[in-house]
Amino acid sequence: MDSLLPVLVCILVVATFGALMLSVAHLLGARSKVPLTKAKSLPYECGIEGQEQDTSRVPVQFYLTAILFILFDIEIIFLYPWALTFNDFLTQGHGQEVLLAMIVFLLIFVYGLFWEIFSKALNWK
Amino acid sequence: MGIDIFEIVVNFLKIVVIFLLMIQMVPLLVWVERRGSAFIQNRFGPNRIGPLGLVQNLADLVKFLCKEDFLGHKTRKNFFYVAPVLSIIPAALAFGAIPLSSPVKVEAFKWLGYTWGPYIFYFQSFVMGIGIVFILAVSSLAVYALLLAGWSSGSKFSLYGALRASAQAISYELALSLSIVGIILLFNTFSFSEIISAQNGPLEFYFFGAKKSVPFLPNWGIFYQPLGAILLFVALFAEANRLPFDLPEAEAELVAGYHTEYSGVKIIMFYMGEYGHMLVASALMVTFYFGGYTLWPFLTPEKMNIAFSSFSPTWNSILTALVLHGVFMLKLFFFLWIFIWTRWTLPRFRYDQLMDLGWKTLLPWALINTIITGIWIFFMRGGFSG
Repeated sequence: MDSLLPVLVCILVVATFGALMLSVAHLLGARSKVPLTKAKSLPYECGIEGQEQDTSRVPVQFYLTAILFILFDIEIIFLYPWALTFNDFLTQGHGQEVLLAMIVFLLIFVYGLFWEIFSKALNWK
Repeated sequence: MGIDIFEIVVNFLKIVVIFLLMIQMVPLLVWVERRGSAFIQNRFGPNRIGPLGLVQNLADLVKFLCKEDFLGHKTRKNFFYVAPVLSIIPAALAFGAIPLSSPVKVEAFKWLGYTWGPYIFYFQSFVMGIGIVFILAVSSLAVYALLLAGWSSGSKFSLYGALRASAQAISYELALSLSIVGIILLFNTFSFSEIISAQNGPLEFYFFGAKKSVPFLPNWGIFYQPLGAILLFVALFAEANRLPFDLPEAEAELVAGYHTEYSGVKIIMFYMGEYGHMLVASALMVTFYFGGYTLWPFLTPEKMNIAFSSFSPTWNSILTALVLHGVFMLKLFFFLWIFIWTRWTLPRFRYDQLMDLGWKTLLPWALINTIITGIWIFFMRGGFSG
């Protein structure tokens, strides 16, 4: 807890800075003399009337990438404690078991990656 | 944050100053970027306001502050205002966790009739043993700012820019976090200070159980992890959304990407976030692979302590920290210049090429790097002898 209190303070400092910038810009900012027209307040598209609706659809490939990311990210997280403790196991004479276990795990990882690549889940058109 | 009021105040000021250090680098880097690109493209760049155009950014800031604070009728107001602030927070948090110089040891002293003291002030906002994990955790939060910005704008260019940005960021995060595993295997720690102090000395390695030493080279990570360094650098480029990886704001396709609808000071804050990520990326490269704030054999904490031994212990440690901070800044500027140099040298990728590079090139190579490092360490540190 003692090492996380500065993090909270830093978040507060940055948020204060951001709020200050935004409010100064709001106070100093120019005011338009003409009333807001529809053409000005529309989101930018290309010049003619906007075609896009709020519920516009997005390609499914983005979702697929996100799901695959979660799988691989969790596998990588498992590598971190192993990397941290590997040398300690090595000096205590248990290096073989720990290395072998991780190589088996990494082979499954590699198999998964290659399966993904050859099933064309990662191909972008 | 501290045991008495002096320590708490100093630690608070330290957080503010390190954040402002990051913020004040932004106009400087923008100036370097504009002058540097002009130099590369054989033109002048900003050269009217102030010497060498140095005050140009101040004038730009005044202009940005006086812009109309405009809201379109399709924007979601609260998220629209929160997103720029959110984009600075991860960069500021990550930058605060990196040690910028050696710790300052203050001896006990008398002031206002009290005895204060002895203190150790670290040259970083957050002193934690899990620095690497912390940086990975907070820097991945940057995606939320981009997604919020794109979604709350209500424009299709913003939305597609944000989607591209988040897909790119999470894809390259895999290669990024996997290429750091080699460094953790090597130094057996998550703490930046321990990584830096391990690199302060002559190059030493085990060769089939025997300890070898190269007396004329520093013990830098780049000599153990050359492949990991390249992979990490490329992944950091993509995380910072810099060219050649700036697909989220490819102006030929997406106008300006996730900040199409933004103007005025809000766009400056997105720039602060982007340059902040660049700073964090350079600082990570320096810390992991190039010895952090030490430069063995010339500028090490021990040698500086001897050089300043005529001062009192407190001033000795303050002067040491200042000199070593200069060393860190020099290394940092070298990597920042590489960032700028690359931007004006390489063309932009196509989106499928970008994703292929992340998933089919960087990720397998990072895996190979991890396996080779593990096996190498096993054999070289005498795995079978036990």
